[in-house]
Amino acid sequence: MLGLTIEQIAYLFRGAGWTIVLSLLGFVGGTLLGLPVALGRASKSRLLRFASGVLVQLVQGIPLPVIMFVVYFGISIAGFDVPALVAAGVAMTLYSGAYLGEIWKGCILAVPRTQWEAGECLALTKTQRFIFVILPQALRIAVPPTVGFLVQIVKNTSYSVVINFFDLTYSAKVINNATYKPFTVFTIAALIYFAICFPMSLLASRFDRRLHRS
Amino acid sequence: MTSPAAPLVRFKNVEKNFGALQVLKGITLDVAPGQVVALIGRSGSGKSTALRCVNGLEMINGGELEVCGRKLHAGKVDLLELRKDVGIVFQSYNLFPHLTVEENITLAPRKVRRIGKAEARDIAAEVLEEVGLSEKAQAYPEQLSGGQQQRVAIARSLAMRPKLILFDEVTSALDPELTGEVLKVIERLAREGMTMMLVTHEMAFARSVANTVVFMHQGRVWETGPGAMLANPVTDELRQFVGSGL
Ligand SMILES: Nc1ncnc2c1ncn2[C@@H]1O[C@H](COP(=O)(O)OP(=O)(O)OP(=O)(O)O)[C@@H](O)[C@H]1O
Ligand SMILES: [Mg+2]
Repeated sequence: MLGLTIEQIAYLFRGAGWTIVLSLLGFVGGTLLGLPVALGRASKSRLLRFASGVLVQLVQGIPLPVIMFVVYFGISIAGFDVPALVAAGVAMTLYSGAYLGEIWKGCILAVPRTQWEAGECLALTKTQRFIFVILPQALRIAVPPTVGFLVQIVKNTSYSVVINFFDLTYSAKVINNATYKPFTVFTIAALIYFAICFPMSLLASRFDRRLHRS
Repeated sequence: MTSPAAPLVRFKNVEKNFGALQVLKGITLDVAPGQVVALIGRSGSGKSTALRCVNGLEMINGGELEVCGRKLHAGKVDLLELRKDVGIVFQSYNLFPHLTVEENITLAPRKVRRIGKAEARDIAAEVLEEVGLSEKAQAYPEQLSGGQQQRVAIARSLAMRPKLILFDEVTSALDPELTGEVLKVIERLAREGMTMMLVTHEMAFARSVANTVVFMHQGRVWETGPGAMLANPVTDELRQFVGSGL
């Protein structure tokens, strides 16, 4: 088929499987990191704003492949021998955490200040105001850009090829080296990436429209 | 202890600055239990600021302010405790858009007063009846007219069983035909003996419902008296203000 063996195509799909695994790691880790980052960035405390700001600026100012290298070799130098998956997972967590943190900060700040005030005037504590009044409204606003960012996560896992993590891009490279059919191989890889990303883009724009209607 | 006749709110030479701008320049004013006090005056005269000081949204910079037995000038007041006693309703309603009318009303009683779900719903039913919106308990704010939303905001305040409610131009965002339904609710609360301070541009309303009308001008209480004073202003400033038809 297409001049590739079934084994070679299966190999590509195994790579795609690891792309999905790394994307999930990046999203889950990014959520765990992004939440406190968002809270810090939206906080009134200058110290918290500064600390979370430093992380965001650092990550946004360094290309993702370089973050991958730094994490991968950093961990090795520290004397730990970790699989590329762990290094790529940590790098994706840093990357997604910083960007999701910025996105979610915007969502928290997008809830009108008068909503905080209304909660305050009803004698709700600060935490209660955040949990019962602000957060549900911020979450609603956050859905479209978050789903949209998932697409970025999936696409950017391909940078893990620089530390030889076995994902879709890496497996395509391997198969190309064996078959010398770059156009066929990378077109298949492109279609698989697209098949993963397109439904999410579609979902994001649908959420976006629904939000703007209401 | 405050005796029953003691004022719920006592301003004594209260001053308030925003940076270099002095907005309240020594306000003295009492509100006795069961009284309705209407604050009137031009834009920028400090009416909203005075109101916001009462529930601690703004802190005063000079003088003394005592609200429901708490000395707000003495520092270290528990503002959340104060706000259990003092409700406030804003021009822009500020309902929680993600909650139904009933949830809007029961949120604070449940979380702050730790009242059970069933009892909180009973309270919601009661205050909704009070504002004439019993059938809207399950609606979302966006499904209501401005006047209805404002009545829900009043009901939400009432559900906390406050000793005092503050109203800041609660009808200013409403069409004239919706203003009446909100004013009727406030009139009813007045008859039932609720203590209220209200900032309003509705002169006829101030005159009919308020025990005391306070005309503020340039951060001062310029003239004060019963509603009838609007018919016979003493100061030129009040005469001009009333004459301007605001
Ligand atoms: N948070 C604030 N920071 C700085 N200045 C403020 C603030 N709040 C009010 N002011 C200023 O204080 C003055 C009095 O404002 P205030 O809102 O109390 O007036 P008002 O009598 O309620 O007027 P209006 O009828 O327009 O509502 C105005 O000059 C206003 O610009
Ligand atoms: Mg005002």
